[in-house]
Amino acid sequence: MSLRNIGIVYRKELIDSLRDRRTVISMVVVPLLLMPLLTIGIGGVLVKQVGEARQEIPKVMILGGRDSPNVRKQIEQLNQLAVVPEKLDYADEISNKQIRAAVEIPEGFDAKLAAGEPMTVKIYMYEGELKSGFGAERLQKFFRDLRDQTIRQNLQARQLPESLIRPFDIRQQNVAPAEKVGGAILGGLVPYCIILLCLTGAMYPAMDLTAGEKERGTIETILCSPISRTHLVLGKFLMVLTASLATAALSLSSMAVSFGAGKRMLLGITHGAAGTAMQITISGKAVVSIFLMVLPLAVFFSAALLAIALWAKSFKEAQSYISPLMIVVVLPAVAAMLPGVELNTALALVPVLNTSLISKEIITGTYHWKYIALIFASSSIYAAVAMAIAVKLFQREDVLFRT
Amino acid sequence: MIEAQNLVKRFRDRKRGTVCAVDHVSFSCRPGEIYGLLGANGAGKTTILRMLATILEPTEGTAIVAGYDVRKDPQKVRSCVGFLSTATALYARLSALEMVEYFGRLHGLDEPTLRRRIDSIFERLEMNDFRDRRCDKLSTGMKQKVSIARTLVHDPSVMIFDEPTVGLDVMAARTIAGFIRECRDCGKTVIFSTHVMSEVEKLCDRIGIIHAGKLMEEGTLPELREKFNLHDLEDIFVKVVEP
Repeated sequence: MSLRNIGIVYRKELIDSLRDRRTVISMVVVPLLLMPLLTIGIGGVLVKQVGEARQEIPKVMILGGRDSPNVRKQIEQLNQLAVVPEKLDYADEISNKQIRAAVEIPEGFDAKLAAGEPMTVKIYMYEGELKSGFGAERLQKFFRDLRDQTIRQNLQARQLPESLIRPFDIRQQNVAPAEKVGGAILGGLVPYCIILLCLTGAMYPAMDLTAGEKERGTIETILCSPISRTHLVLGKFLMVLTASLATAALSLSSMAVSFGAGKRMLLGITHGAAGTAMQITISGKAVVSIFLMVLPLAVFFSAALLAIALWAKSFKEAQSYISPLMIVVVLPAVAAMLPGVELNTALALVPVLNTSLISKEIITGTYHWKYIALIFASSSIYAAVAMAIAVKLFQREDVLFRT
Repeated sequence: MIEAQNLVKRFRDRKRGTVCAVDHVSFSCRPGEIYGLLGANGAGKTTILRMLATILEPTEGTAIVAGYDVRKDPQKVRSCVGFLSTATALYARLSALEMVEYFGRLHGLDEPTLRRRIDSIFERLEMNDFRDRRCDKLSTGMKQKVSIARTLVHDPSVMIFDEPTVGLDVMAARTIAGFIRECRDCGKTVIFSTHVMSEVEKLCDRIGIIHAGKLMEEGTLPELREKFNLHDLEDIFVKVVEP
């Protein structure tokens, strides 16, 4: 094994790839720009939309309540609502976004309120529609305030303390450490992104260094040199692995920065309500551990992609082989994000899914050493098999000169 | 020195089954000699040369190139061979200098020797004006010079040319022809394949006519003229392949 020869090939492939616009775009530009654009771009649109929705005075309709002028008047006088005349097709108007919500006031509301008789106020809205939600929320707040005010007045009239109807408060408080909270929220997402980025980062260079060389006619040139084919494939493999890890590392850094910016933005629009959910911390130890677990997977991807792309006659053919592979990788990575999918010995042997699941555990600060060892070993075996196949294919004339 | 001994190459083809591209071909080429393989497209010339350059492995038979067996010591063979064809393209994103440096290093040259060789070759081929220009920005003639420099950087004793002038204009083809002669004059063993009769007449000391993977005839041009009682090489070629 000549490290010198592998190094010569690796250095050349690195220089060559860094001069290729498409590789630089997929390895550097996309990870560095895509994440901020996605987070800040989508975040910006969200902030704008939510801001606009909040500023709009929602049109609402009062249904019934002609015998209850008090409540009607109070609603009509609210600054934050615009009451429109009652119509029979209020449901259509809500669905067509002509009005945002409607409230049905029960018959004899004012009188029943004064008498303390039970009744139900119905609010009609468009579920999932932001502006309708705001309209319904304001109507609900008005009636909640009215109910609380009525209770207080009734208690005062009977000279009873307020605690009579509210003997205790309920408060929910998180006791889990911040990294566990973060892990529960991001646990599935972060490994999914890393695994996917490792794959996408390796895709282009793997095709360029094999099928691309065949297409450009340089494969025969390099085969004339005295370097052994094993050294040649190892040099190329190292370049693909570099691209894979660099793409994942750059994307993660970019994701962390964008996440920080997005967090401030989200806290701004939710007025701090998302504060608890955004208390996300991922420890340095977890980052290093995940990287170590992903390493054999990145080796597996790089070697497998190299072997598949080498089989192809042209760059285009390589693309048609490799694109469906995305789905094969995405499915187990997504499966790990599903609630209830827990790590066990059988799943620890399933490539991609095992790394995704263990990374999810590591993020929450849980280290199952037995599974970590099993997954690292199995992933390393898969990587070694993929490498052996790639090396073997580089020895085959029918693959190298496939026409 | 090249000694092809009963070279056979069979391929498996999905449509045609097993195809015998080279069928028991034997010939030899001495240092200071240009041996021309003349044959139509698909005759098996490229396959023979690829086996001599150890890019392909013979199915049967073997060849001794610069004292090494192509089957037993393919890497040693490659370190003594310079292989040039229109299929051996350049790395578009490397400069002319980087391209030659890369192959020099792969041939195991140390840095001072590599520097010396590059300076000498670039000077001789007048490549210094474009040494730092990327290969994809070079003219066809310049690219040919880079390819020549790439084959010469390790000072091989055997040169193999596979239809080196295909697709080249007159000037670029002349550069190649001049380079082939220069190699012979330096005492290198030179073998080249072509289907252009005039090139063979101008360059080759001995000629082997290849047809359907077989070596049909071999000899110097005067020997072939005498044997077939024809003067024109094209007529001789037709007579050999269509008896």
